[in-house]
Amino acid sequence: MADEALFQFLHNEVIQYVYKSAENGEMENGRCVSKLEHLGFRVGQGLIERFTKDTSRFKDELDVMKFICKDYWTSVFKKQIDNLRTNHQGIYVLQDNKFRLLTQLSSGKQYLEHAPKYSCPVVFGVRLWPGARGTLQPGCEEHRHR
Amino acid sequence: DHRQARGTSINNSELFTLTYGALVTQLCKDYENDEEVNKQLDKMGYNIGVRLIEDFLARSSVGRCQDFRETADVIAKVAFKMYLGITPSVTNWSPAGDEFSLILESNPLVDFVELPDNHSNLVYSNLLCGVLRGALEMVQMAVEVRFAQDTLRGDNVTEIRMKFIKRIEENLPAGDE
Repeated sequence: MADEALFQFLHNEVIQYVYKSAENGEMENGRCVSKLEHLGFRVGQGLIERFTKDTSRFKDELDVMKFICKDYWTSVFKKQIDNLRTNHQGIYVLQDNKFRLLTQLSSGKQYLEHAPKYSCPVVFGVRLWPGARGTLQPGCEEHRHR
Repeated sequence: DHRQARGTSINNSELFTLTYGALVTQLCKDYENDEEVNKQLDKMGYNIGVRLIEDFLARSSVGRCQDFRETADVIAKVAFKMYLGITPSVTNWSPAGDEFSLILESNPLVDFVELPDNHSNLVYSNLLCGVLRGALEMVQMAVEVRFAQDTLRGDNVTEIRMKFIKRIEENLPAGDE
């Protein structure tokens, strides 16, 4: 079983690698979807597949959010979401006060800016429903909305 | 029934394996040939290794190794166990005692991985070679590390071959690549 420290080191190295590419001004289709987001997305997809392969489908949006906040968050980020808010119109705000993937970063601010771009798609992995998008703000909140 | 347990929880292994897989996939897109990807994996592994060694020394109670044989045992029985949860066997010592093999029955990096046909020269787990090289450099050992066998390429086992090159003088700085 891979050790936590090893994952953290790999995560940092991935960010550094992609950050260097981003510096070279790479963009795709003018959409500014960075490599880091793609990487995170791919990982998230894989995780969701593993996680849900033996289980029934989600009943509704609330079911999905509960899964994200408890099971998924605990497995990937080692704790549950601290706070969940919604405007009941498709926007959810998930708050994590001690986000695992950011607390270990000892490098300067430059990586803090980029690291969430990996984590965010890891959270949102495969699109649990069409059109779902999210943003992540250091300050340890994240927003999920249609 | 949505109340049933949601599959199995994900452990660190899966997140690590998936992240590593996504990285290799990305590198294959970024670089033109497998040799370049192998080099990049080695370089990234090196950067990890030079930092990982501190974590290792802090968490294990291992003291200074007396010789290369002891180093081999520590790598196989302590380091691999601590970081990857496996214990490779140490075999195939050269007569001079400066080269040995680590035989891995299983390799956590390659769970669920299949190499596509057009990547026959890719050394998928090459990051490990860099990690070992970087870590040992920080304890004054220059080594060469390579994969001699790889289950992803059809071999029965995965074999890492490690060769001692020389002792590094302590006052020479070693840096990132």
